[in-house]
Amino acid sequence: MSVDHATVRRIAHLARIAVTDDEVPHLAGELNALLSFVAELDQVDVAGIEPMTSVIPMKMHMRADVVTDQAGADAIVANAPVREEHFFVVPKVVE
Amino acid sequence: MNAPAAAQTRQSKLIKGATGDWEIVVGMEIHAQVNSEAKLFSGASTQFGASENEHVSLVDAAMPGMLPVINEECVKQAVRSGLGLKARINRRSVFDRKNYFYPDLPQGYQISQYKSPIVGEGEVLVDVSPTEQVRIGIERLHLEQDAGKSVHDQSPNMSLVDLNRAGVALMEIVSKPDIRSADEARAYVSKVRTILRYLGTCDGDMEKGNLRADVNVSVRRPGEPLGTRCEIKNVNSIRFIGQAVDAEARRQIAIIEDGGKIDQETRLFDPARGETRSMRSKEEAHDYRYFPDPDLLPLEFDQAFVDALAAGLPELPDAKVARFMSAYGLQAYDANVLASERESADYFEAVARGRDAKAAANWVINELFGRLNKEGIDITASPVSAEQLGAILDLIDASTISGKIAKDLFEIVWKDGGDPHAIVEARGMKQVTDTGAIEAVIDAIVAANPDKVAQAQAKPTMLGWFVGQAMKQSGGKANPQTVNEILKRKLGL
Amino acid sequence: MTSLTDLTLAHARDLLLAKDISATELTEAHVEAVEKARALNAFVAETPDKALAMAKAADGRLANGTAGPLEGIPLGIKDLYATEGVHTQAASHILDGFKPRYESTVTSQLWRDGAVMLGKLNMDEFAMGSSNETSFYGPVASPWLPPEWTREKGRSALAGDKQGLLVPGGSSGGSASAVAARLCLGATASDTGGSIRQPAAFTGTVGIKPTYGRCSRWGMVAFASSLDQAGPIARSVRDCAILMRSMAGYDPKDTTSVDVAVPDYEAAIGASVRGKRIGIPKEYRIDGMPAEIEELWTKGIAWLRDAGAEIVEISLPHTRYALPAYYIVAPAEASSNLARYDGVRYGLRVPGKDIASMYENTRAAGFGKEVRRRVMIGTYVLSAGYYDAYYVRAQQIRTLIKRDFETVFADGIDAILTPATPSAAFGIGEKTSADPIEMYLNDVFTVTVNMAGLPGIAVPGGLSPKGLPLALQLIGKPFEEETLFSLGEVIEQAAGRIKLPEPWWA
Ligand SMILES: [Mg+2]
Ligand SMILES: [Zn+2]
Repeated sequence: MSVDHATVRRIAHLARIAVTDDEVPHLAGELNALLSFVAELDQVDVAGIEPMTSVIPMKMHMRADVVTDQAGADAIVANAPVREEHFFVVPKVVE
Repeated sequence: MNAPAAAQTRQSKLIKGATGDWEIVVGMEIHAQVNSEAKLFSGASTQFGASENEHVSLVDAAMPGMLPVINEECVKQAVRSGLGLKARINRRSVFDRKNYFYPDLPQGYQISQYKSPIVGEGEVLVDVSPTEQVRIGIERLHLEQDAGKSVHDQSPNMSLVDLNRAGVALMEIVSKPDIRSADEARAYVSKVRTILRYLGTCDGDMEKGNLRADVNVSVRRPGEPLGTRCEIKNVNSIRFIGQAVDAEARRQIAIIEDGGKIDQETRLFDPARGETRSMRSKEEAHDYRYFPDPDLLPLEFDQAFVDALAAGLPELPDAKVARFMSAYGLQAYDANVLASERESADYFEAVARGRDAKAAANWVINELFGRLNKEGIDITASPVSAEQLGAILDLIDASTISGKIAKDLFEIVWKDGGDPHAIVEARGMKQVTDTGAIEAVIDAIVAANPDKVAQAQAKPTMLGWFVGQAMKQSGGKANPQTVNEILKRKLGL
Repeated sequence: MTSLTDLTLAHARDLLLAKDISATELTEAHVEAVEKARALNAFVAETPDKALAMAKAADGRLANGTAGPLEGIPLGIKDLYATEGVHTQAASHILDGFKPRYESTVTSQLWRDGAVMLGKLNMDEFAMGSSNETSFYGPVASPWLPPEWTREKGRSALAGDKQGLLVPGGSSGGSASAVAARLCLGATASDTGGSIRQPAAFTGTVGIKPTYGRCSRWGMVAFASSLDQAGPIARSVRDCAILMRSMAGYDPKDTTSVDVAVPDYEAAIGASVRGKRIGIPKEYRIDGMPAEIEELWTKGIAWLRDAGAEIVEISLPHTRYALPAYYIVAPAEASSNLARYDGVRYGLRVPGKDIASMYENTRAAGFGKEVRRRVMIGTYVLSAGYYDAYYVRAQQIRTLIKRDFETVFADGIDAILTPATPSAAFGIGEKTSADPIEMYLNDVFTVTVNMAGLPGIAVPGGLSPKGLPLALQLIGKPFEEETLFSLGEVIEQAAGRIKLPEPWWA
């Protein structure tokens, strides 16, 4: 499998990372090198093997239905780059 | 168990196009907010209506290093809902991340259940009309996080983000494509809503968005394979769901009959114009990159956990209707009306207990519901309690008051409250059964109307006029039966 | 008396308890060392005022007899840990200015036990790297001078672009460098594929990655959730054992943390290892292994045998697949974990013409090259059509890797001895321009342990012929860190404590 330039752009957009035209060939090269590095995994017979879900076998602990953490709007927006009152502000989102 | 759903055609539901019959096929995804105090994976409150970002924990805001911990009550609510939908409960399920970027999705992914949901296949019996019941298959029910809310109308070039809703537990209930008309679609949603409200797992408040539906609509010629579907997102009233199905089906039929083809897409229903329209920004193909959330372990529980929840379930609507019919002798329609809400069913049963059930049903449905609907009051806020209404029925039954006086009494209790027995006593509303007093009234009427007496003796149906006069002169308090007897005797009938 | 900064953590603790020294003077000495070592770039934020206030409070508790197990001990904290009101950026530009309103579970347990915070330590950005060269704050220099370098040459390189100086390893490079340079008595670190053990190996310090789930991940900036684990770096096995006791423990806020009681790890130091069965996995004898690494391993085997342990050759057949599988699983999880850095709620924001371009500009500017590369590869392997071929297959292979270990443990093996790294430290700039995979190979011996969730410790085994530290790795059964401390101390004693470099940088 080989990653072409269109794929690099598609993946970059999916990951929301801007790429310049100059970066694309270089990134394609790096991704392809990595994919050939992992290609040897194809040799392994994995038929019937469960994929790992939890490396230490244990039961999932559950929390009680109690309101415990209310950080408060001040704390929630304290680090926001742009805010208005206690809202986060972003460029207009068109539905 | 079922024939493949897509193959079911119901002839009566076909609609006529310019070029022949069409069948509408609808599948639905209902998003129902789980009734819980705290969110699905955080300890923030689910309460509605707080000021912006007030009910947000560090987890909900996706602060670096924050981790989800599942709320046990939300799991229980999902299992209860699954049991109420007669569905298979999966004792092992997995939470996956659905990855996409959106400002009201702070983590950059929604925690949902993709491959292994907590609830599998089930079914719902839906009453489309008093004479028609259909069976709608449930594909699955899974737990997932709700998103936050973006406000777009506060500024021309900015959107404001409020995360109060982010992380609230939702149950996504996916139906099979078994629905064949707008009526069925509406009836299906209202039945699911009723079941969830009975279970107490979702309040079903569609105005607050606590229950909303994505409606998948396609059309086809009867007997043909499924057509291309369009998904109408987030329809938030039962009436609009019906309108959206009709509008979308009409749109699709018109396109196909014109020689066009349907593009699979996401659309919105515009209630003002009664039509659906394409969502502009969603053209870009989605690639959600689902994978199991490594911050969470698989959700596992034993059969005892399920059994305990099953044991605690309330009687569900279908069972209640059946019981109302068999135990109280009610008609299906009345039983359904009374059982449509758990609270109204409970109210009815409180009134009916130890009394004439049919009379109780009549009073609850006609007088009480009529009055509540007129005033827009919920049964839980009814000014007349079940005890008060029961007392009114007792007064009728003991012939202490007539049916007509009872309506006046109901009115008084509605407005002023109070003990119906005491009111009847205090206001002298008791029926007069004292034959002497009634005889005196009748004697006077007979004496004053010799012509009517002659008429009545010739044509006994005229007796009604005398009864009416007697009732009127006694202020409605005379016992009609006594009046009848005395009249017959006096007139020699 | 040796300088206060030369003390081991255990020794300092004893002197504090005996009131031979005060927490304040101990802290002052370290604050001064930190200042003088700024050129190493080990710290990204210094908190001297906080340190002195904490030391003063510690002195109060030492005086009134309410001292905790780490009372008055000055520590450095990897920038990965959320520290309330203090710089927390995982050495990334994208978390510009971020100061959390919360404290990670691990660090709050350290403060609960009386430790003193000197500041935040440099690291590879989001813990992605093996040389601490991907930090937004620039590379960290190892306190070890390159072979044959004079102090002067070292100092001028420090003042310049640092090229040619040795890397401290990564991603916990700031932690390893600071501990080796005696800027703190111990440091928190974290290990996703070797990020505690490899830098410890490169700097002649001790580092342990505990069993997955032993420490809470709450408040640690996530890289790859199923692999990340907190752990300490310190100057002796005993010091690591002391720190582990405070760092470990069940946390209801982390679903993947395990509810197992925390033992007194220090009590395992000095326990006999006689009769312990030590596995030597033949698959770790990789092609082109440098002779010095071979020799180190042979010496390690001899030391444990001399201490009464039984040496058994074992096979872990899926070892060679661990690193490639890791480079699918870790980037995949990272691509999702790092989606929250979007310029909306905290950190850097670079404007754009619309929301999508705001995201794209912010993330392009905020993430460094290595992070961008891993997010891209992770996005690719999870994307439609590739998920099963890459991610699911890698997770299946992970099951096989774990099974390899379970098999040998079931056969009676108590621990496994391997080299910690395939080489000694290399130079800053030496591997950055090359193929990234060359850098990834640094983790070839450590990464299997993360894939299987096991505990692993790196202990110095002596110096290479050129005079650079080399380390052995011991791998244990789940939650049997005590065995690793016992065995690790045997190696430490046999190898002789490495003499750490004199402060040529100051
Ligand atoms: Mg959906
Ligand atoms: Zn959904």
